[in-house]
Amino acid sequence: MFDIATTAIETARRRGATYADARVMDIRARELSTKNGEVGTLNEAESLGLGIRVIAAGAWGFASTDRLTREGVSACAARAVAIAKASALAKLKDVVLAPEAPVVDTWQNPYIKDPFRIPVEQQLDLLLAADGAMRRVKGVTLAETSMAFRRIEQFYVSTEGSRIHQVKMQSGAGIVATSFAGDEIQKRSYPNSFGGQHTLQGYELVESFDLAGHAPRVAEEAVALHSAAQCPEGTRTLLLESGQLGLQIHESVGHPIELDRVLGMEANYAGMSFLTLEKLRTLRYGSEIVNVVADARLAHGPGLGTFGYDDEGVPAKCTPIITNGLFTGYLSSRETAALIGEKQSGGTVRGESWNRLPMIRMTNVSLLPGKGTSADLVASTDDGIWMETNRSWSIDDHRYHFQFSTEIAWEIKGGKKVRMLKNPSYSGITTEFWNSCDAICGPEEWKLWGTPNCGKGQPQQVMGTGHGASPARFRNVKIGAAFAK
Amino acid sequence: MKTRGTMRRARRAAESAAGDMVPSQGELRRIAERILRLSEADETEVTIEAESDALTRFANNTIHQNVAEERLDISVRAVVDGRTARATTNKSDDESLRRATAAAVELARHQPKNPGLLPMAGPAGHGAAKQIERYFESTAAATPADRARVVAALCKEAQRGKHTAAGVFSTGAHAMAVANSRGVFAYHAQTRAQFSITAMDGDSSGWAKATSTDVRGIEPEVLARRAMEKAERSRQPREITPGRMTVILEPAAVLDLAGFLFYDFAGTAVGDNRSCFNNRLHKSVFGKNIEMWDDVYHPLQSGAPFDGEGVPRERVRLVESGVPKRLVYSRATAKKMKAKPTGHGLPLPNEWGEAPLNLVMEGGESSLEKMIASTERGVLLTRVWYVREVDPYEKVLTGMTRDGTFLVEGGKIAAGLKNMRFNESVLEMLSKVEEMGPAVRASGEEAFDMVVPAMKVRDFHFTEMTKF
Repeated sequence: MFDIATTAIETARRRGATYADARVMDIRARELSTKNGEVGTLNEAESLGLGIRVIAAGAWGFASTDRLTREGVSACAARAVAIAKASALAKLKDVVLAPEAPVVDTWQNPYIKDPFRIPVEQQLDLLLAADGAMRRVKGVTLAETSMAFRRIEQFYVSTEGSRIHQVKMQSGAGIVATSFAGDEIQKRSYPNSFGGQHTLQGYELVESFDLAGHAPRVAEEAVALHSAAQCPEGTRTLLLESGQLGLQIHESVGHPIELDRVLGMEANYAGMSFLTLEKLRTLRYGSEIVNVVADARLAHGPGLGTFGYDDEGVPAKCTPIITNGLFTGYLSSRETAALIGEKQSGGTVRGESWNRLPMIRMTNVSLLPGKGTSADLVASTDDGIWMETNRSWSIDDHRYHFQFSTEIAWEIKGGKKVRMLKNPSYSGITTEFWNSCDAICGPEEWKLWGTPNCGKGQPQQVMGTGHGASPARFRNVKIGAAFAK
Repeated sequence: MKTRGTMRRARRAAESAAGDMVPSQGELRRIAERILRLSEADETEVTIEAESDALTRFANNTIHQNVAEERLDISVRAVVDGRTARATTNKSDDESLRRATAAAVELARHQPKNPGLLPMAGPAGHGAAKQIERYFESTAAATPADRARVVAALCKEAQRGKHTAAGVFSTGAHAMAVANSRGVFAYHAQTRAQFSITAMDGDSSGWAKATSTDVRGIEPEVLARRAMEKAERSRQPREITPGRMTVILEPAAVLDLAGFLFYDFAGTAVGDNRSCFNNRLHKSVFGKNIEMWDDVYHPLQSGAPFDGEGVPRERVRLVESGVPKRLVYSRATAKKMKAKPTGHGLPLPNEWGEAPLNLVMEGGESSLEKMIASTERGVLLTRVWYVREVDPYEKVLTGMTRDGTFLVEGGKIAAGLKNMRFNESVLEMLSKVEEMGPAVRASGEEAFDMVVPAMKVRDFHFTEMTKF
């Protein structure tokens, strides 16, 4: 495979490229799902192809193909150069990349059980057991389960001399119980909503969930929500469990710190960012206890944003994003780092597949843990609302105003959870919200969540990102606007 | 050693936006026949999709990303003893096709029997899909230089007007075929083009977008002018107190709200009790002026005239005078729900069943200008953004306004507005439509392209305001 990638960059160089990098990616996927006791999806897929990115005439071009013959590879490389030369028709200045030393290496994430070697019957049995356990609860009208696995092998070369082989194994699973009654549809998910929890691990991750063991509780809560009180409107103390907090971090920290957004490169689609350049090291993003890092290193955990090298050959790094509340760093690429005068890229560039241009993507953007347990957090809250498991999410195109709703909530009075609430939602302004954070639980409840469905770019590409968090508390948050009459 | 012919082909591919053209009907048929010959399954279905796309992206008045791709996905569905599964590859050599076929058979074998699985569709049962001409050589043959020249001119125009422009200009072609061992063979090829632009002007912005199967149907200069005018007219945006107010939704905004209804019209969604039409079919859910179809044959629509099983798509009148009357059905769902299949099945196996992918709403006699003129106080929305479902049964959606939000006062656009969040039930929204313009092909960022009109809606619910 290195030969294919090398042929591509050599062809590009001969055609006039001053820089080229190429990725050959071999991706294997398996997806399984069940619905109400029957198998839904049962698919396997493989995809092998080449993507080549070049600078010619001072401008970018990218082309991709799955015709990996010598002719196909050469034509693809020639096309990338022709496209770059066309880009130069609208060029204002030449592309400059921050320097990066070439790397020759191989990297693979550790895992115990290869999910593709686990028999499909065994995987379906596990899902069907959870499916059955949910349906045994009266009032459940829909039981759904799913598993998804991806093995991504990548061969990267560049005209600067890098040659990197990486293999990443991703696994994930989840269950959902839905209950329709009267004029309401309520649901509960485990271990997270929208496909469950996904990490850079093997099948051992799925086994650790005990889906069937959690299924009855999930189902009972979905049904119980119908008779729960409506979440009240008002300004309240909000406590978030770590899964919902992970998505809050994703939307209101992870996206605004993408330097391509800040520099206007995503203005037409994903939008821009309120974090304009003068705010770096001056903006008080959050309260003193808020510390956020973007960490792609394996030492941070097996997140969907963990890798050995990014798709520009930059080694995995940890960048402090918020330090004791102060905004201290962006997610950058070699090009954007050079544009703002940084010496090196932050190493955050990834492409979904061989046919997508690598771009700045969140790595593992995580809130570092504080102290204490969630029991301590609840016990120290006189009046508040604990919200759990995302149901909907929305934020403006500068990443200022957000609104989230969750599947379930509990009202806290006098340090105790006193009643279940349905249809919870909260909203706010990013910096006001993070500055209202007055407690973050400790490392014992810190969990690295995977967001497998982050969309960005045109044509859109979907990427997995990681978000570590432990439960946290926020004061004076607007609650309930989504359901206000 | 490269031959001169190879060199010529390589040069042609290098110069073309879409690379090599997508495969012909004959080429896809031959691949399908190879698979059908070597499959040992009880029944076999082959789905092939070929894409050749190119996209030029600009921002800060310069091209910053410029990409092209070509791909061929070959997917095999096997049925073995009442069980089915799918395997997909993007390699077309014999060994890869054999491996994909064997993988589908192996996956199918290792699962419980599916009592609802039907024999594959036969050509006699549903007839052949009607051909629709949606492939335009002018679009397939567009080059990076063609697109770059248009973008370069518009970027210069933006600079002259002190705007910052960002957007995309894409062209491409797509071909697909569905064949099965019972004799079905359906093929569709189409081209596609898209132009979208955001013009920024300090504290304001404007946006315009169009898509078409024929690039000649897109007018980038007109769209760019519209985006720039919106940016200019919304300078120094004001704040207003959010609440319920009259709103005029341009077609892209209607699309990105009404488009959230699409899956609710699936028979499976109703069968699973997760549709907003549960217990609401044949009742007055929308205003009497709401008519909605699924119609792949509409001249402003795009897409293949057959579904994931190769069954011809039917025109389905979903909503009649505000009453949701019909759903769409795959073959299996139709049998389960004692209805007739409509040719909207998704590729099997799946848990979703079917979906209408070509929604068409009928328009009215009004126009944006007339709607503005008839509004004493209201808000004009160019587009909506990050729309998500808050309540699946009442179909409450939240989202933000973006790139051209205006205050209308005394029948005129009075000022630009800072962006606002809404929480609005689409069911309610379509019950409060006071005026509609003509139905046009609209394109946004949340829903499939649809044919929808601009609308004037009373009591639209804005709940909060952002800072820009």
